[in-house]
Amino acid sequence: MKDLRTIHVLINGMSYQRTIETRMTLADFIRHECGLTGTHVGCEHGVCGACTIHLNGEAVRSCIMFAVQADGAEVTTVEGLASPDGKYHPIQQAFKNNNGLQCGFCTPGMLMTCSAFLREYSNPSEREVREVISGNICRCTGYQGIVNATLEAAAAIRKGGL
Amino acid sequence: MKPSSFKYHNPQIRSEVLALLREQENCKVLAGGQSLGPMLNFRFVMPDHLIDLNRVTDLDGISISDSKVRLGAMTRQKSIERDESLRRLCPIFSESLQWVGHYATRNRGTIGGSLSHLDPAAELPGICLLYDATLRVENASGHRLVPANEWSVSFMTPNLEADELLTDVEFSPWTMPHGHAFVEFSRRHGDFAIAGVGCLLALDRSGLIKRIALSVIGVSSTPFRLTGTENDLIGYKPDDNALAYIHQAIDGIEASSDAQTSGQYRKRIARVLASRALEQASERAISAMQ
Repeated sequence: MKDLRTIHVLINGMSYQRTIETRMTLADFIRHECGLTGTHVGCEHGVCGACTIHLNGEAVRSCIMFAVQADGAEVTTVEGLASPDGKYHPIQQAFKNNNGLQCGFCTPGMLMTCSAFLREYSNPSEREVREVISGNICRCTGYQGIVNATLEAAAAIRKGGL
Repeated sequence: MKPSSFKYHNPQIRSEVLALLREQENCKVLAGGQSLGPMLNFRFVMPDHLIDLNRVTDLDGISISDSKVRLGAMTRQKSIERDESLRRLCPIFSESLQWVGHYATRNRGTIGGSLSHLDPAAELPGICLLYDATLRVENASGHRLVPANEWSVSFMTPNLEADELLTDVEFSPWTMPHGHAFVEFSRRHGDFAIAGVGCLLALDRSGLIKRIALSVIGVSSTPFRLTGTENDLIGYKPDDNALAYIHQAIDGIEASSDAQTSGQYRKRIARVLASRALEQASERAISAMQ
């Protein structure tokens, strides 16, 4: 006997209503029920960070949350970072400028972690950036490009706002 | 992997949580989910009932009165880390929280969850031990108070019955001028600690130890307070001789070996961390007196 619930979640400004099993993770809900596959599933136990999204503005791992817990909440995924007219978020532009990605698998998680972080800390040191991305694993870049990108984005946001 | 099926409950009031815990078998309580989520995904646990605490409104909060700090069990680690009053009164909380998981996990993780999950490498149980905190536990019939040194029964097993819920943690911050330090070692930042040492230290005007508290995490199956050694150190300088005593006490801890590393290695690391913690706490204790 499946345990089902009907939930309403606002994702990137759009409302999604679905009836799902309560054991469905938020990551699977976002990917399979809502078709937003930008959010990636790497480890399914909260250590790789590829599944990071914003829940009510905070960076959160969606693989260790249940979709039912997001009922009534506002979620932002990587698809919702750029503005409606397609203009990149400063962090996306900075990643592009600084070789912040190669295969792109960790990238959504990195972008969501860093964008949330930059909303809270406007002038981070390199050390602080390295600490905040310690929860996001990248196999390709060696992290330097990601660190440079985050520092550049921080400067861009300080200068021109979000 | 995916969790097995469970019946999901998300009560909004405490009494409903307690009624569920009393009436249903094979329940698991969901706090921040940062430890339980992985266990469910791996199917290390397969509860019939998952009781989500996140809609209950009166289980979180930081309250500071004259001589006591109370932290609701559902208080997010992020809130504790960033609270300015707590940072002034008991800065070791903020300092140790920087080692707890990662930026994103601290947005959801709670102090109650960490204490109830009781991983041997968890920092918060070690800090609560340092302060001789009192843990309040409730069930449908009433409540009881558990001193921190009676909380850890064995490996990942707290002093908590199946029908009980940890509701809050209370402790008295040190009021005399004192120093603190928390040092941890892991292979990568945010990994489970191989060892960690917390220290609170107050010195008198001659630089002799007036009061000291030392706890060790990661080395054995539960957090460890060096109570005997603390008493022996009163009236002595926090120097190499004092360190020798501390090292001896650490050597005496029953250390766990696992896939990550051996118990012997953990103790070696803990000795080094204890030296660093004592040094840092001393420096801070001296500044605090000026």
